[in-house]
Amino acid sequence: MRYRTALWLYVLAALAPMYAAAETIAIVGGNVYTVATHGLVEGATVLVRDGKVAAVGSDVEIPPDATRIDAHGKVVTPGLFDPLSYIGIVEISLVEETFDASPSGVRYNAAFDVADAINPRSTLIPINRIEGVTRVLVAPQPPQALQPGQTASPIVGLGAVMHLGGGDDYLVARDVALFAVLDEAGAALAGGSRAGAMLSLEEALQDAEDYRDHRAAFEQRARRDYSLGRLDLDALQPVLAAKTPLVIHADRASDIEAALRVAARHGLRIVISGGTEAWMVAEQLAKAQVPVILDPLQDLPERFEQLGATLENAARLNAAGVTIAFSIGDSHNARNLKQSAGNAVAYGLPWPAALAAITLNPARIFGLDSRLGTLEPGKDADVVVWSGDPLEVTTFADQVVINGHIVPMVSRQTLLRDRYLDLKRPSPPAYH
Amino acid sequence: MRKSTAAIVACASVLVACARHEEATKAVAFPSTYQAMPGQPTLVANATILTGTGERIAQGAVAFKDGRIIAVGENVAAPAGSQTIDAAGKWVTPGLIDVHSHLGVYASPGVAASSDGNEATAPVTAEVWAEHSVWPQDPGFGAALAGGITTLQILPGSANLIGGRSVTLKNVPARTVQAMKFPGAPYGLKMACGENPKRVYGEEKLVAPSTRMGNVAGYRKAFIQAADYKKKLENYEQGGEGDAPVRDLGLETLAGVLSGDILVHMHCYRADEMAQMLDMADEFQFKIVAFHHAVEAYKIADLLAAHGTCAAMWADWWGFKLEAFDAVRENIALVEKAGGCAIVHSDSQNGIQRLNQEAAKAMAAGNRSGIPITREQAIRWLTLNPAKALGIDKQTGSLEAGKMADIVIWDRDPFSVYARVDQVYIDGALVYDRSDPTHQPRSDFLLGLTEGAQP
Repeated sequence: MRYRTALWLYVLAALAPMYAAAETIAIVGGNVYTVATHGLVEGATVLVRDGKVAAVGSDVEIPPDATRIDAHGKVVTPGLFDPLSYIGIVEISLVEETFDASPSGVRYNAAFDVADAINPRSTLIPINRIEGVTRVLVAPQPPQALQPGQTASPIVGLGAVMHLGGGDDYLVARDVALFAVLDEAGAALAGGSRAGAMLSLEEALQDAEDYRDHRAAFEQRARRDYSLGRLDLDALQPVLAAKTPLVIHADRASDIEAALRVAARHGLRIVISGGTEAWMVAEQLAKAQVPVILDPLQDLPERFEQLGATLENAARLNAAGVTIAFSIGDSHNARNLKQSAGNAVAYGLPWPAALAAITLNPARIFGLDSRLGTLEPGKDADVVVWSGDPLEVTTFADQVVINGHIVPMVSRQTLLRDRYLDLKRPSPPAYH
Repeated sequence: MRKSTAAIVACASVLVACARHEEATKAVAFPSTYQAMPGQPTLVANATILTGTGERIAQGAVAFKDGRIIAVGENVAAPAGSQTIDAAGKWVTPGLIDVHSHLGVYASPGVAASSDGNEATAPVTAEVWAEHSVWPQDPGFGAALAGGITTLQILPGSANLIGGRSVTLKNVPARTVQAMKFPGAPYGLKMACGENPKRVYGEEKLVAPSTRMGNVAGYRKAFIQAADYKKKLENYEQGGEGDAPVRDLGLETLAGVLSGDILVHMHCYRADEMAQMLDMADEFQFKIVAFHHAVEAYKIADLLAAHGTCAAMWADWWGFKLEAFDAVRENIALVEKAGGCAIVHSDSQNGIQRLNQEAAKAMAAGNRSGIPITREQAIRWLTLNPAKALGIDKQTGSLEAGKMADIVIWDRDPFSVYARVDQVYIDGALVYDRSDPTHQPRSDFLLGLTEGAQP
């Protein structure tokens, strides 16, 4: 056992220098927003040991072997969590060879699992983690470029949570949520009507229920044909059991209401993503305890399903008691999550609720809040030291800890910057 | 008779020269009918002022009257009969200018019916004018106004090598685009480098260009024709032999570029391509006033500064296509550091509402990397520098006596994420007031859309 542990550490050390040792880290003297019952603890120490938060408080004893990070005059928060990301499955959006977010055909839907495509060495990872993003939910996207006359299911596949700390344990949890689209895009996949998308979803759920209840007969080919294949039917089972949430993309209020109805019919646990007009049905969402993942900056009627767009969406949902989390639709710049949260504050959302929307709430939505999202003893140690108010556009992460390891503050972008900082050097930039 | 008709045609080919030499003619097509809204003499006092000229006044005032700024400074007398606005704790900046917008030509909602930004039927469409696509009821104009945008350039899209004329607008609610046209602003020409033209034509339509070398051949071919057209026209005007050339809208616009009356704005990402475009412009002796997007401007910041070509950039967009892969957060700061003309642009109906935040991110990125940038410097990226690129810096873009009273009052430091616009003045008229719904223009489109939606 000891040998195996040692070997494991050796392998990791070879992969990434930051894994050289199981570290003890003391982040000392910062104003710590725990996003937990303690709220703000001023001048506190966050002690990290063996990948976990060991202690948070103003009287924490610092072990002599701890690596110290001075956070006096700075702000310390949990790492940011983007609940709708394509990091690891899209490198350059328009370079199709690097795009793994969706199948081009329509054979699979529920069982399509992005975890099988994730590249943990993506350049997007260092670029975003050095700005404080430590966890993402990698989500599938609807099939691209259907042939004329071809239709596809509004169910688009399974998502996985990964941490951005590097190493080979990047997958935090697989099959965390199933994704579906009941918006204009879903209608287009179904052949042009929202009713078609709903019919397709309903058929899939009914078939999966029948498969669940008559498995033996299915195996003996004694049941009717199903609209889905075996793997898709299997993938739907945790959703029918309300163990795994179904994340339904819907912007128009009436689409959200339709999603609430299908959830009630089948006893599903759902999450709304998009949610531009969610504020218009906030009470129903709160009553059904359905969270919403939204972009707080979506304030124009950019599509006909977004006519009720307002900068106050986040504030109104929060006031109604709806759990909200933020995502901005641009994983290359997941680092701008904090800017979106800051704008939500400018338009009425309380500051602590905005911080929770990019830390704790994504973890809660995907059932990972016992491990992630706050600075409390026992939690996975994702800690960010900010130069000031993290929601401000002029502040940056000074130091980032992911899974208990200090992240080197280097990315492809910082390397490019350093190469071109001085254009007067005699030798070409390629030598620098 | 024949001659005078021809003179009108010739006149339209070089608009500014035309206005100068033959003011009596009616040759200017689609003239501006802009009229400032009514205003009153005003003193904005006790504010922190960023003038746009690189100055900051810690506790200052701006006075304006009859649409023009009278005075800016620490001690400013109130104009006779003026209202005084106590702006204690607030910040005042010039009206913001977005040099790259598609509002009106790609209006919200973005459906095929309102997709009017790319005449993607041929790679050179110098004959189209963006103003003929602008829908003044695009709800984006009002949203941009609430973000402090007072002037904006509407460009055709980047599908084409030469996409057509741009138009510079005052951001006022109006029934017609003519009533938004910035009086006297020169026209721009939109051109595009790189992936877009070769994808739209070579990949999607299987016609030229399909390569970057095809792109360059396309520009050169067009300007060779334009030079020929311009020469024929000049020969004819100088009493030479033969008839006037048949009027050609596209060549008219390109001839306007060659004579310096129409300013070239070029969509270009890669450093090496921008360098090629500078040489291409040199070959035909015109100037590219600004590269737009310019994600790799930092690699050739010295070259851009030497050419006096601006770079209009985002704070942090990257990675959506290969030519946008080499972005750095310090791009804008590095162009500034090299002594170049740095501009923050939006190219987005969303980003245009928060251009101040984009500037703040770019400023902070510079400071973090040891490139000191002050707020008084950074505000120029979205005021005076875009005004220069648009050829309207004598009229607007900074708070100086005699200039248009295009002014934004912010509730706090505009480089904060929490900053909101309190008031916007355009030519001295209050066009937006956050605390007064009667001064918040709403487009026709927004009326009665969602039962139960709050206004």
